[in-house]
Amino acid sequence: MIDSQRSKIRGMLSLLVAAALYELVARSGYFAPALLPTLPTVARTLLATITNGSMIEHAAFTLYRVMFGFALAVVVGLPLGILMARFARIEHFFLPLISALMPIPSFALVPLFMLWFGIGNLTTILIVFYAATFPMVFNTWSGVRSVNPLWLRAAGAMGADEHRLFWKVIIPGASPFIITGMRQAFLRAWIAVVGAEMIAASDWGLGWVIFDAKEFLNTDVMLASLVVIGMIGFVFERFVFGSLERMTVMRWGMMRAAKG
Amino acid sequence: MVPIEIRDVSLIYDTPGGKVPGVKDVSLNIGASEFVCIVGPSGCGKSTLLNIIAGFLAPAAGEILIGGKKVDGHGMDRGVVFQDFAQLFPWRTALGNVSFGLEMKGVPKDERDRIAREQLRLVKLEKFTASYPHHLSGGMQQRVAIARALAYNPSVLLMDEPFAALDALTRDDMQRLLADVWRETRKTVIYVTHNVSEAVYLADRVIVMTPHPGTIKAEIRVALPRPRDPLSVEFLDYQKQLLKQLGQETHA
Repeated sequence: MIDSQRSKIRGMLSLLVAAALYELVARSGYFAPALLPTLPTVARTLLATITNGSMIEHAAFTLYRVMFGFALAVVVGLPLGILMARFARIEHFFLPLISALMPIPSFALVPLFMLWFGIGNLTTILIVFYAATFPMVFNTWSGVRSVNPLWLRAAGAMGADEHRLFWKVIIPGASPFIITGMRQAFLRAWIAVVGAEMIAASDWGLGWVIFDAKEFLNTDVMLASLVVIGMIGFVFERFVFGSLERMTVMRWGMMRAAKG
Repeated sequence: MVPIEIRDVSLIYDTPGGKVPGVKDVSLNIGASEFVCIVGPSGCGKSTLLNIIAGFLAPAAGEILIGGKKVDGHGMDRGVVFQDFAQLFPWRTALGNVSFGLEMKGVPKDERDRIAREQLRLVKLEKFTASYPHHLSGGMQQRVAIARALAYNPSVLLMDEPFAALDALTRDDMQRLLADVWRETRKTVIYVTHNVSEAVYLADRVIVMTPHPGTIKAEIRVALPRPRDPLSVEFLDYQKQLLKQLGQETHA
């Protein structure tokens, strides 16, 4: 318990130092306050946009797109990664495709998707899906291939058929990789959504807010939106995926916390 | 329990350097409830033979009958214990590991929990039913593995150097425990080891194998009363006999 409190304090400390450095630069007088608003200004804007509900609504739109695209990526990426690891033919078919598509930044596809799917949710969700699927497929594929063959042997000797081998051994055995895949997929999804919203969203979403604020030199709105993006990402990373990891692979000793 | 017949079994490994005979013309009859140890230097084919009996490898020639039934792939008439501690499923507790085979058999949950608890009591781990493998010592993990292999009540127990990675003191304890478990369950056991004193302590009969190709060179019946005293003159005599069989081969 003391250890976890200490790590929380350490986490706070690194954020505080970064904030203090920013504040120092913002107040130094070298830059126009309109371009580099102080933190209290940003905080006031943040509070105001939260209380009038607009920030919440924008965040909700963004979250909806992320979760939809991310869920699609998991639904497609997880089975595909497993199939690729289990069947050489499927691997041979998809691997070159993935290798060719993966290096294309999702952002570069936004204009094309806009022409195909129009402006709005469909395009942004598909961009998120595109960005998040590859880490999901890749990690699952690696995870299934790295399942200890001894587990398969032992389970086979105990009468596990293909179906139960899959659910009771391969899936839990690959879980450290699968969880890492979900983590990376979510991160990529979060990065992709903001980019996609800047161009392809109409009126709603945190990415759109940032892009729109540029027109009016509202740097405080831009920074406030960035804070919200960072906070939501932080919550998911630390609490959702962090606790998923603690409840499963770390509890099972398949993954350990760093020492010291 | 059931007897095992091994008839003219051969297996050839396909390696990049050509075909290497792993096991050649091995024949062996093992009685019901007999404890047989197979000893020999690394590469003598003892583990290969065990893997053929377990059904993990198919022999190139010959056949194996367990209780008169021909071996074709793995089956629930055999329980297998490996050397590697990592054989346990890390995502299952000791109880969950032990009940795996029963789960595969379709035994209802209450029933399999009861049986698994019983098996863990047999290997003296009743206090650790809820522990995950990574919280258990190597010796305890191997005991869970033994309980797991016994839980679904196979008639044959196949063990591939299960205590080789343990320290000497723990190994002694484990050998005593295994002797007790065998006395209680009366399984037919085939136990592969390179440890001569372990073989004399556990076995009714010790089979000596030699490499290139893997064949049976000799067999020695250990006619000592149990529990055996590893410091007795007779015990040491058996050890000398076995070492002679193994030593001749290495000096040839």
